[in-house]
Amino acid sequence: MTGRTLRGKVAVVGIGETAYYKHGRSPDPEFKLTLKAILAACKDAQLDPREIDGFASFGNDRSEASRLASALGIRQLRTALMQWGGGGGGCCAAVANGAAAIASGMSDCVVVTRGLAQGETGRYGQSSGTPNQASDMAYQAPYGVLAPPQKFAMKVRRFMHEHGVEPAALKAIAMASYFHAQRNPRAVMHGKPLDSETYDAARWIAEPFRLYDCCMENDGAAALLLVSAERAADFPNEPVFLLGAASGSEHRGGAVPHGAPHYAGANFGTVAPDLYRMAGLGPADVGVVQSYENFSGGVVMALSEHGFFGPGEANEFLTLGNLCAPGGRLPLNTSGGNLAECYLQGFELVLEAVRQVRGESTSQAPRHDVALVIGGPMVAPASSLLLGSGATL
Amino acid sequence: MSVPEQRHYLPAGLPSPMVHVDALTAPYWQGLRDGRLLVQRCAACSTWQFGPEYLCHACLAFDPPWTEVTPAGRIFSWERVWHPSHAALKDHGPYLVVLVELRDAGGVRMLGNLLGDPHQDVAIGSTVQGIVEHHGDAAPPYALMQWKVLSP
Repeated sequence: MTGRTLRGKVAVVGIGETAYYKHGRSPDPEFKLTLKAILAACKDAQLDPREIDGFASFGNDRSEASRLASALGIRQLRTALMQWGGGGGGCCAAVANGAAAIASGMSDCVVVTRGLAQGETGRYGQSSGTPNQASDMAYQAPYGVLAPPQKFAMKVRRFMHEHGVEPAALKAIAMASYFHAQRNPRAVMHGKPLDSETYDAARWIAEPFRLYDCCMENDGAAALLLVSAERAADFPNEPVFLLGAASGSEHRGGAVPHGAPHYAGANFGTVAPDLYRMAGLGPADVGVVQSYENFSGGVVMALSEHGFFGPGEANEFLTLGNLCAPGGRLPLNTSGGNLAECYLQGFELVLEAVRQVRGESTSQAPRHDVALVIGGPMVAPASSLLLGSGATL
Repeated sequence: MSVPEQRHYLPAGLPSPMVHVDALTAPYWQGLRDGRLLVQRCAACSTWQFGPEYLCHACLAFDPPWTEVTPAGRIFSWERVWHPSHAALKDHGPYLVVLVELRDAGGVRMLGNLLGDPHQDVAIGSTVQGIVEHHGDAAPPYALMQWKVLSP
């Protein structure tokens, strides 16, 4: 890939989100939430929304690009990008795809969006009423493997078995998200601290996941504006540059049902090396991480595959103290993330990484020139993203 | 071996596997109804493959034929599910799901429920035997493969 890179070519110049709600609590439907998020990002960037000429999203987002373009009165729509794959595996890839459209000259200003109203469209944690199941669900649903907790618990169980990972490592991840959410007024779990005893006493969802190991189900939307690096200085915020981006999965990583050869992994075995190669950076350069928590156990795998520790070192590395800003060794999920800020399939994590680089997080990491976002552990394709300040270029 | 019709492991009302049965997947489901476990095995390169696909992933020969295998293997991973993610499971209580690595089919894996006490201790590596669970009263009828521990 010599010579072909996104490094330093595209900048995030605006971010915005709606209020975040528990599922079913949004006063607005999903499409309206997405429009509100886009306008909030435009306000942040002081950009006329009509200058947007591209849209990018993921996770089968229903707020389709041409309807958004029509609603916003966009003058010319150039790109309409959807990353394949369900779940949050595309939350970083959607940004990368938009950036690629800009770097290649196919668009000038792309807005990346994710809107989700689980109250309106159905909860991820419940099987739809569909009596019959097509495709890979035919091999799972009749056995009670219906929703994400049941689909991923066996992967995490196998990973814990192979590497001796203790439940305390999962607990530290959940506790860190709740710790940071108490400092973030946007967070749905703001004002609802989680103590050690409450975590331990919480009911099982699917062993080895207790209640607080599992993401929330929410309503909300977020948006992020991308322009070329040349234009970045025209906007009021400190530009946040893409340093690296990668997505994909390992050999037959998507083989269903539960057939991936490397089963006990998060699917970053090939993605993370591509990511670091594009950025010219390694894990030691990363000062703060947002790592998608569908379930706490997936974060253990994802961080390990991104090189922060070997899987056998997870118990030692993953302590609450190590994961909390500002004093921790590797501040993690500093907004509260999917567990405690808002489950926007990880897109809220991308916005938090932008805030970290800008120095505007409510749980600011002391080293924030380089921020990592990891999207969708255990799904295929997964994706990750390195963002950095102008000083890193 | 098969489970008596009235003693299904999970309650009635869960999704049926049967709606989109097509040329690709029909032999598997018909095999279970006939009490046989079938897995694709490439005629050209002998690679085992499950779930089914139109193409052998190793040598790219089309339409790998179905081969009967002994329903025996080891527990590769497992979970005890407590939260009901479907209305049919409300108030049912916990149940066990195992991912079984088949002994005689190149290590391909299949899901099933682990029969017996849902609170039993489960160990990765235990040998298990498959037992067909018939749902003959369903429309259309189908059968599932369930598992019981032979030796821990």
